Amino acid sequence: MSIIQIKNVDLYYDKHHALKNITGEIKERSITALIGPSGCGKSTFLRTLNRMNDMIQGVHIEGEVLVAEQNIYHEDVNVENLRKNIGMVFQQPNPFPKSIYDNIAFGTRIHGMRDRKELDEVVEQSLKAAALWEEVKDILKKPAYGLSGGQQQRLCIARALAVNPQILLMDEPTSALDPISTAKIEELIGELRKQYTIVIVTHNMQQAARISDETAFFLQGEVIEFDTTEKIFHTPSDQRTEDYIAGRFG
Amino acid sequence: MNEAVLKNARNRLAGSQSQKEISGIVQKKRMNREDLIVKSILFLCAMVSVLTTIGIVAVLLVETLSFFKDVSLLSFLTDTKWTPLFKPEHFGILSLLSGSVLITLGASLVALPLGLMTAIYLSEYADDRVRRVIKPILEVLAGIPTIVYGYFALTFVTPLFRMIFPDMGVFNALSASIVVGIMILPMVASLSEDAMVSVPKSLRNGAYALGATRLEVARKVVVPAAFSGIISSFVLAISRAIGETMIVTIAAGATPKLTMNPLESVQTMTSYIVQVSLGDIQHGSIEYKTIFAVGMTLFVLTFLINLIAQWLKRRFKEEY
Repeated sequence: MSIIQIKNVDLYYDKHHALKNITGEIKERSITALIGPSGCGKSTFLRTLNRMNDMIQGVHIEGEVLVAEQNIYHEDVNVENLRKNIGMVFQQPNPFPKSIYDNIAFGTRIHGMRDRKELDEVVEQSLKAAALWEEVKDILKKPAYGLSGGQQQRLCIARALAVNPQILLMDEPTSALDPISTAKIEELIGELRKQYTIVIVTHNMQQAARISDETAFFLQGEVIEFDTTEKIFHTPSDQRTEDYIAGRFG
Repeated sequence: MNEAVLKNARNRLAGSQSQKEISGIVQKKRMNREDLIVKSILFLCAMVSVLTTIGIVAVLLVETLSFFKDVSLLSFLTDTKWTPLFKPEHFGILSLLSGSVLITLGASLVALPLGLMTAIYLSEYADDRVRRVIKPILEVLAGIPTIVYGYFALTFVTPLFRMIFPDMGVFNALSASIVVGIMILPMVASLSEDAMVSVPKSLRNGAYALGATRLEVARKVVVPAAFSGIISSFVLAISRAIGETMIVTIAAGATPKLTMNPLESVQTMTSYIVQVSLGDIQHGSIEYKTIFAVGMTLFVLTFLINLIAQWLKRRFKEEY
């Protein structure tokens, strides 16, 4: 069952043609990895899925992205609500300069939750879901910047989960982290797969192979191959995919 | 055969190394006279402002103390009349203080909200083209001489208000304070905007990705993160409003009065100092000493505001 369908998406930064006729489907409750060399458009593509490219001046998008059968680029779409339902985690952990508690409660508060007890509940559940609760339950009022990089990234995942999204987009979530933190986050992503649809951009080929169900290989703004991870890593149909995975370029 | 070649090569390498100049890596320290001279000159430059401050405070203190030999501190702080230039003499600072406070309050009511909103607009809403037009205009506004603002208050703003309040005097606190507000507005806007622009983009992205609107991002992420810079801009602006002289001298009048009615004519501490300085007051007389007492009060007031700002900054600081 596919939750996102991408139909002939082209994206331009002013004149630069950054995404070329992308088509594909993302299955519900699966992990889709986007791989490819730097500048191939995988992060740009990820940001088209929750319309974060709207923020960038000069971006122009053609084609359709259907999420649960609805085109998210239709003019009637409530972008804030869309982003609430499609959470995002960034390459660098970016907690707000607030307490751990206020970081998690931020999203639920802006979406109207005021009741202290409900907020407490959301904070606890989200931190538990992000496997951070045990480490921070006694320091919820402390600033989030006191946490280690790996903890901050899990905090950002918890923050995204707190507004109850259905899809999580992750833009190289472990590239700024040490191997132990990376392992923790990968384990967490595996857990989250049971409830969420996850699309993850990664530079790390082993990571894609380890955690994802489907993999899309991007090259110079095009999707070269989009198939099960099994197929991409063992019997790719395109020579360029095979060369990239074997480390012959990129 | 191979071994011989290797041995040869090793020998050659060792030879070349021993021949290489190995002195010159660690040299004796040069007598660095240049450094010393530059350092001394720069130190002296820094000392100029420190010494000036000490000098000013010293003069203020000495003259103020001699003023308080003649006038008791209690009557200075509690008397409600300020008439040092004619009999019966009264030295109640409250009358001048209320004038300064009234002007500063009015100016802050104009400049702080407007300035903050301008800054939010420029940093969060305006696209580059608009910003490139508005910012230089703001800077021009900041460069207008205050005497021009004074005449603007007297000859434009006051007649405008007299259409609404026909009883209002030619000299009044209302138009003076509004124009002082306009004068400090660019400072608030520009400094607050600088503080907001330097909030990292990643924080905004984090909030947008959670479904925040522009207003929510501005109010709940950018303004709190830039809070200490915003407070600094407020303090600088308020200090300028308290110290502003020309506009109030021209437009607010010269009537020391304990009032909070903006339609009346008032006198601020600064315009009193101007009045006395321009008059033919005898050096060393009690009238002469009043300006130092008033100057000291101004100094203490600005100092207190700075202290409050420091406390506010510490209390609400968000570090990123």
